[in-house]
Amino acid sequence: MIKSNLKLFVLSFLLLISLRPLQSAEMVDPIKVDWSFKGLTGTFDRASLQRGFQVYKEVCASCHSMQYLSYRNLGEPGGPEFSEQEVKAIAASFEIEDGPDSQGEMFTRPGKPSDKFKSPYPNVQAATAANGGAYPPDMSVLVKARKGGANYIYSVLVGYEDPPPGVTLDEGVYYNKYMTGNKIKMPNNLMDGLVEYADGTESTVDQMAKDVTTFLAWAAEPELEERHKTGVKVIIYLVLLTILVYLSMKKIWSRIDSEV
Amino acid sequence: MSEHEYVPKSKAAKWFNDRLPLLTLGAHLTDYPTPKNLNYWWTFGGILTFCLITQIVTGIVLAMHYVAHADLAFASVEHIMRDVNYGWLIRYIHSNGASMFFLAVYIHIFRSLFYGSYKSPREVIWIIGLMIYLLMMAAAFMGYVLPWGQMSFWGATVITNLFSAIPLVGDSITTWLWGAYSVDNPTLNRFFSLHYLIPFLILGLVVLHIWALHVPGNNNPVGIDIKKPSKDTVPFHPYITIKDAFALLVFMIIFAGFVFFTPNVLGHSDNYIPANPLVTPAHIVPEWYLLPFYAILRSVPDKLGGVILMFSAIFILFVLPWLDTSKVRSAVFRPIYRQFFWILVIDVLMLGYVGAMPAEGIYLVLARVGTIYYFLHFIVVMPVVGYLEKTDPIPMSISEPVLSGGAEPSLARKVNDKV
Repeated sequence: MIKSNLKLFVLSFLLLISLRPLQSAEMVDPIKVDWSFKGLTGTFDRASLQRGFQVYKEVCASCHSMQYLSYRNLGEPGGPEFSEQEVKAIAASFEIEDGPDSQGEMFTRPGKPSDKFKSPYPNVQAATAANGGAYPPDMSVLVKARKGGANYIYSVLVGYEDPPPGVTLDEGVYYNKYMTGNKIKMPNNLMDGLVEYADGTESTVDQMAKDVTTFLAWAAEPELEERHKTGVKVIIYLVLLTILVYLSMKKIWSRIDSEV
Repeated sequence: MSEHEYVPKSKAAKWFNDRLPLLTLGAHLTDYPTPKNLNYWWTFGGILTFCLITQIVTGIVLAMHYVAHADLAFASVEHIMRDVNYGWLIRYIHSNGASMFFLAVYIHIFRSLFYGSYKSPREVIWIIGLMIYLLMMAAAFMGYVLPWGQMSFWGATVITNLFSAIPLVGDSITTWLWGAYSVDNPTLNRFFSLHYLIPFLILGLVVLHIWALHVPGNNNPVGIDIKKPSKDTVPFHPYITIKDAFALLVFMIIFAGFVFFTPNVLGHSDNYIPANPLVTPAHIVPEWYLLPFYAILRSVPDKLGGVILMFSAIFILFVLPWLDTSKVRSAVFRPIYRQFFWILVIDVLMLGYVGAMPAEGIYLVLARVGTIYYFLHFIVVMPVVGYLEKTDPIPMSISEPVLSGGAEPSLARKVNDKV
């Protein structure tokens, strides 16, 4: 009786947890991609991260900020792992405002690895005004900030379509199958051959969308690889310790006539 | 209580112990006679102590790096996640730790409900426990506000606005809580202050909770009074400590699974969007552990009524020891109550589920049915079943399966096996 009720209890609880994601508004389910960073031991595809950074730099960065990332992050383990020289060169290619100097003046200088990613606009209002009233969200944690995560971001990037009959779109609004509400103010920026990948990979829309999504997934969770690696070790350690403690417990409780 | 007085071995120990009997206390805690038939549902007290300590330790470290300011809070959390050594680990332990804390406390509370641990002479333990639970909810709610994401901001707005339902002074109270005319920087500041304070209040109450427990001693699955110490009991150390350690380790494996492999699954993705007072999220939902109460709140069309009902849902538990009229503690020997207990469990789970759903259509109906049953369970079922129910025969002691009712000993054996 207790046992079967217990099962019911556990099942109900699992049901509760599994049904939670259903809570959001109606929209098409995002495309499921078999990302390399999925799963318990998932890691990022280094080459894809580097290509994704290129797409971000050449396409996304003209509107979207990534203010919580620093250029040095690009060379850190678990990320795109550009070499030290490459990171310095990437940082130096941006003019960063610094100051005030001893005269109280602001000045610009080439970027250093310790600098944060340069934002395309000075503030949210400027970004909103320049983009037809829609603020292009900061992309630092975008993958974590969207239900569906990487699958959703990828789906939106490849989900542009002509609006179905009956749907009229205002000027500067586009139809996207996967976007919540189907209306998006970001134009379809990706087209085949838009960027010339340094590693010679063919830059199809699908390839670029996957690469830049991988890059954004890393940007949102730069600790992911270390987290997965540490997690496996922690679980193994805990399981071994649990077995030892279990055996000790059995031994100790064997002194008395009671089950444990 | 132990029969024999503790006598320190060395002169120095005796000198100290005469002035502050810490060693006597230590000996009491070690020898503390505990029923030997406690099952694994009894290990959650230790697990909860672990949860509290974990939250305090990780929280103190987080507070060294966090900035409680509306313009800086979100960025400081990202600073913790990216720049602080193992900041991601500490923050994920803290945020998932809150969920694990509530998971453990719900099991602990329902264990108490099933085995009648709230009944005489343990009413004070139960009431202190409920006070801890209330403080936990306050701490968790305020903690969720601190990252200053969209759900932080709008959750704070919804919950603080509840107080505006109070007649006459409601709006003044709400403004006073905010320290502003809306949820704003002063709100965040005071929430941080209180979020840091509450765990230490909880710690104090935990000491009282354990103290109150050590007066009558533990209840047990059979729910009968036992002689202490006797062959029905074992010393707390090493028997219970090792068993608690084993259960805690199993719990930690689950905990680690969340922290390392799905650290954000229990949170809401909207909380990674910085707070924006001008944009309301499509669905404002609290954390999962508050959802049943949220469902009760929304099941009433009137705001004040909803608030009253929600608070009643918690405060009714305070008088539970006097609503339960049964002389038998453990539901193991209460065939009718046992069924209602499981209905209550499913009812609360259902309320939690519909709390996460939009308050419309079938969900609203389910929320109302669930709310009505929740109150019926405590106000009607518990007193009435306690009177009418014919309970099963109860053994005289844990070791000797002898029945008080003089029924067949074989039945007692069966009962003992079930326990």
